[in-house]
Amino acid sequence: MKLIIFAGPPTCGKTTVIKQVIKRMITKKLKPSFIKIDVLYADEDETINKEFGIPTRKIYSGELCPDHCNVVVLDEAVEWAEKAGSDYLFVETAGLCLRCSPYVEKSLGIVVLEATSGMNLPRKIGPMLTLADISVITKIDLVSQAEREVFRYRVLESAKGITVVESNALYGIGIDPIVKQIIKTNDVEFPMFLRGNPPVGTCTICVGKKEIGAKNHFGVLRTMDHELFYVGE
Amino acid sequence: MEIKKITIIGGYGKDGSKEKVDQFDLISGDIISIVGPTGCGKTTLINDIELFANSNTPSGRIILINGEPIPEDFTFDPSKHPIALISQHTNFLSDLPVGEFLTIHAKIRGAKDVESVVEETIQFANQLTGEAIIKETAMTELSGGQTRSLLIADAVVIGNSPIILLDEIENAGINKTKALELLKKYDKLFVFVTHDPTIALLSDCRIIMKNGAMQKIVTSNPEERNAAEVLKKMDDTFLHFRGLIRAGEEIRNEDLNYIIN
Ligand SMILES: Nc1nc2c(ncn2[C@@H]2O[C@H](COP(=O)(O)OP(=O)(O)OP(=O)(O)O)[C@@H](O)[C@H]2O)c(=O)[nH]1
Ligand SMILES: Nc1ncnc2c1ncn2[C@@H]1O[C@H](COP(=O)(O)OP(=O)(O)OP(=O)(O)O)[C@@H](O)[C@H]1O
Ligand SMILES: [Mg+2]
Ligand SMILES: [Mg+2]
Ligand SMILES: [Zn+2]
Repeated sequence: MKLIIFAGPPTCGKTTVIKQVIKRMITKKLKPSFIKIDVLYADEDETINKEFGIPTRKIYSGELCPDHCNVVVLDEAVEWAEKAGSDYLFVETAGLCLRCSPYVEKSLGIVVLEATSGMNLPRKIGPMLTLADISVITKIDLVSQAEREVFRYRVLESAKGITVVESNALYGIGIDPIVKQIIKTNDVEFPMFLRGNPPVGTCTICVGKKEIGAKNHFGVLRTMDHELFYVGE
Repeated sequence: MEIKKITIIGGYGKDGSKEKVDQFDLISGDIISIVGPTGCGKTTLINDIELFANSNTPSGRIILINGEPIPEDFTFDPSKHPIALISQHTNFLSDLPVGEFLTIHAKIRGAKDVESVVEETIQFANQLTGEAIIKETAMTELSGGQTRSLLIADAVVIGNSPIILLDEIENAGINKTKALELLKKYDKLFVFVTHDPTIALLSDCRIIMKNGAMQKIVTSNPEERNAAEVLKKMDDTFLHFRGLIRAGEEIRNEDLNYIIN
């Protein structure tokens, strides 16, 4: 199973990019599946399932930080995708938490940023950008070439060595290089580990336990199907 | 890489039928216009050129450089992008002050003397605008005309690209005769998307577009040069009267002598 994790601020174009990627994967006879992790509302699972007929799911993190939710359910999610018969699992995160980062070792981390956001955004979003492998810059059709160049520079200044891909996701421009990287990605290995150092905090994730899966943590947890429960003293 | 020639290989129009023009070369030093009604795909065509389309855009066009397709993995170091595209946008979304934005852009583009390049850019832009652009202003506060003036100046002075694609420079009330005059001082390949007959007739040739597709190429004949001169005088007349009106003057019958002379 290849695990592809998409993060990025709300409405930056994650779903639009993912749909363009899935379209190309299906033409290549590859088998993707899709999970959306969001806080309160998401409909991508339905729209993507309807459009492409691939296995999809959604998980509401509710009271949890969506990236913490990601940490505790992702092992089950990979098993789910395997059972569903797919070879690639696309995870679209909510991308709200600027201290956490959803990327897992041996996965492909893709951060989606819109060219229309402020020039300081790349400096503000921390590990969501700096720990990603690829930064897709969407909505290039809405800004001038000069602004594109300066925004790209700001991205590279915060995340040295990241691969930058510029895209007009509505028309599928710039998607092919992303598909190429996805296909080149290695399979994930169990046990999976979080790529970055979680923020300072009090829960087991926050104090630095990077192993994926609810069974490895204490405190307020959840599984893919069960609402919040508490493990510990 | 030095670009001597760009070839457009025709793709498909909006209705999916093959483009009538199946191949067209843009040679360094040429001035080309792209004309056609609104929505016919002019912007799409210059976007294809700027992106080095390789059957991967909605039009299915292929762009060759010096006769060769762009290798699949090839990505330009954006600081060396040989094509500057001045888009139709009349507002910036970047929230930086003009001076800071231009300074970063000049650094990215490898300017040797960043400060003087930024000054030159603002001066170039201010020759095209009504009210001067001030360095400390936020980009987002510029007017439509100021934005487009700055985009043109940025592409020519900071970008210093050998190929410049301009989308409707005549819009937003900038001084287009002045713009053409300034641009012609630079030896580059210019592609103008335009609704303006003077600009079209002053070009070496024009691509006629309809329904998303290139219909034919018309090479300017010598008589059209004369026509362009006459049209230019008409433009100057409009500018003259605009100047008077802007200055708060009243127009009298004798002012019409300006037209006759
Ligand atoms: N012009 C333009 N619009 C785009 C582009 N990419 C996405 N959009 C539009 O941006 C809006 C948001 O896109 P989504 O793909 O839903 O964004 P998202 O990141 O999945 O949003 P959430 O999941 O709600 O956080 C939609 O209206 C898209 O059509 C692009 O490259 N250009
Ligand atoms: N060859 C094509 N195939 C498919 N769609 C196309 C093609 N050419 C243009 N279009 C679509 O037609 C629409 C209008 O095109 P475009 O913006 O390029 O027009 P334009 O000539 O620049 O118009 P204007 O004069 O108003 O600026 C766009 O949505 C574009 O994607
Ligand atoms: Mg989405
Ligand atoms: Mg246009
Ligand atoms: Zn968090």
